Amino acid sequence: MEKVAWLVPTLPLVAWAVLLLVGRRLPGGGAPVGIFAVAVGWVISLAILSGVIGGADAYHVSFEWAPIGAEFDIPLGMTVDGLAAVLLVVVTTISLFVQIYSVSYMRGDERYTLFFANLSLFTAGMLIVVLADNLLLMLFGWEVMGVCSYFLIGHYWEDVANARAAVKAFLTTRVGDLGFMAGIFVFAWAARSFEIERIIEGVESGAISSTTVTLGAALLFCGAIGKSGQFPLHTWLPDAMAGPTPVSALIHAATMVAAGVFLVARIYPVFEASGAVLNEIGVLASITMLIAALLALVQDDIKRVLAYSTVSQLAYMMAALSVGGYSAGIFHLFTHAFFKALLFLAAGAIIHAVHSNNMSEMGGLARAMPITFVTFLVGALALAGVAPLSGFWSKDEILTDAWNAGFGGAGEAATSQSVAQIVFVTGMLTAFLTALYVARMLWLTFGAAYRGQGHPREAEAAMLFPLVVLAIGAALAGFVGLGDNSIATWIQTPALPAHGPVTLNVGLIVVATGLSLAGLAIGTALYRRGLPEHEYLERAPLVWKTLQRKYFLDDLYEQGLVRAVAGALAPATYWFDQRVVDGVVNGAGLGTRRLARGLRYVQSGQAQWYAAALFLGVVGLAVVVTQLIGR
Amino acid sequence: MPLLYPLVFAAFLFSAGVYGVLARRNAVMVLMSIELMLNAVNVNLVAFNAYLRDQLVSGQVFALFVIAVAAAEVGIGLAIVLLIFRNRETVNIDEVDLLRW
Repeated sequence: MEKVAWLVPTLPLVAWAVLLLVGRRLPGGGAPVGIFAVAVGWVISLAILSGVIGGADAYHVSFEWAPIGAEFDIPLGMTVDGLAAVLLVVVTTISLFVQIYSVSYMRGDERYTLFFANLSLFTAGMLIVVLADNLLLMLFGWEVMGVCSYFLIGHYWEDVANARAAVKAFLTTRVGDLGFMAGIFVFAWAARSFEIERIIEGVESGAISSTTVTLGAALLFCGAIGKSGQFPLHTWLPDAMAGPTPVSALIHAATMVAAGVFLVARIYPVFEASGAVLNEIGVLASITMLIAALLALVQDDIKRVLAYSTVSQLAYMMAALSVGGYSAGIFHLFTHAFFKALLFLAAGAIIHAVHSNNMSEMGGLARAMPITFVTFLVGALALAGVAPLSGFWSKDEILTDAWNAGFGGAGEAATSQSVAQIVFVTGMLTAFLTALYVARMLWLTFGAAYRGQGHPREAEAAMLFPLVVLAIGAALAGFVGLGDNSIATWIQTPALPAHGPVTLNVGLIVVATGLSLAGLAIGTALYRRGLPEHEYLERAPLVWKTLQRKYFLDDLYEQGLVRAVAGALAPATYWFDQRVVDGVVNGAGLGTRRLARGLRYVQSGQAQWYAAALFLGVVGLAVVVTQLIGR
Repeated sequence: MPLLYPLVFAAFLFSAGVYGVLARRNAVMVLMSIELMLNAVNVNLVAFNAYLRDQLVSGQVFALFVIAVAAAEVGIGLAIVLLIFRNRETVNIDEVDLLRW
């Protein structure tokens, strides 16, 4: 089955083309085409994963695409190993259910077909990243996602704010991509190949100097920072909520943001070889998870709560990777995809019913929308890390890895112990904060009395079906991490042997669960009666303002970067382009015309003048030949 | 006869032709001057043929070719001059500047 893995990204790609060309004329606005394409991919992915579980070897196929010189070429190939198989299943599953959900959610939309086309292309982009065996192909899929996120976030571009959010997402991730590209070239230059396998070989054999590895890994991580919304480039992620809710689910659960984590995991041996970069990842991830969790506490927009929660959870995965928890990070990516997609889709159902994103206009929805409530509750508790839901297992494994690296003296990871300790402490703190904002979100949405307009009703079956399926997934996904043949074994590679079965540290479990429950309890106590007249944090004006203004990061970017670029750099480059570049081009044309205007008078039409010139020329040539050359 | 005589004669003939082509106003005279230049070349060809005692008499053959081509050229040239005269009522080539800018 792994031989036809290339079909998985190709089918959505074909679906995209079909939808763009003739989609509007197809039955159902073309939506069935996209769903069918990803459904076939889903079946193939499941078959591949079951093969991997059965112990199938990694399958690698590659051919030369564009040779550069004698020894260097741009390959086109795919690697189907456990890591790719797990991601394939995640991406196709989430994409499939998001598309099924969208059929109902987007009904009547002006650009319905285009929406599905973009979803297909988006999925294809992520699948290309997952299967790519070389960094250039990965970059290709990576950029496809970048442009799709722009299209999808700006789906309602009639509203200028949405268009701006789309531009922001595109440009912010672009900043990181620049580093990613530079990193690719560093490694391509050092390893004389774009292939990930060659690069890892080069790093492990020591053929690539450690300075180069550190430089390249740091640059590559810039790409991950941008795509996976890590501090300081996380600001685009909450604004990306401007897109339709299914898009948020797709971006925030399975594609795009997961790409950064996947990138780090895919070339993990490279990162493992550089303690400095692992430390950098650990520190940035710690900052990110904490500040994002705090921001989630003060949002009114339910989608923004989830967005910041995504940022925070992605930082969890990054943190896991930074302390050597390769399998823990991917495990969390796996479980997070289920419960976060579920949460977003359920939030979409709520928004559909309430006609508002703001939790201040919700409340009391548990009675009006029971199925949505139950599924949302499952997802929220999984996010909070309540046993035995999926989030609990993966979060616990991350914390265990951080503990072992920081305090256990395992010494396996290249991360410094103090960084691992920071990761562990912030991880614990974030677990508490996560439970707190989850409780706040739950009570404000479903508890107390309804504060909004109209009479919200349960969404239709086509929207509830994906919710129920994903709720089951969110509840049970954690169990793939248990037992001898767990996710850790599936995704192991020769370069990254599994660390063995999950080690359950009972003390840690008790503390982590205690923190989660404490967060839930405090959140319940604070928000049980619904929205308080004044948010509790408003009593600390400084903190409140800082959080409301998102740590002034947006202001900093706006006042610093944007003003510098828009105020000085842009006019300067415009001037350069208009005057110098265009000047050269126009000057060439104008000069020729002027010259011709002068020279045309030579063309007098007097045949005798021509004859005279000819005669003089012949005489001149004769003189030259006889007097100068003939001697 | 020394080779020099016909060569001097041919040079004189050619120069007269060049002068006629460059200086005469009448198109018919220009055409005739071109004939002079061609005939100067013919004289050279025949003279060198005799001087080199060529068994294949290629110089004379070439001269015949040149005469044939010159006849054809004059035929076309006179036809053009005739047409120009019909259109413009003149054969003064200073006034014929159709190829001007």
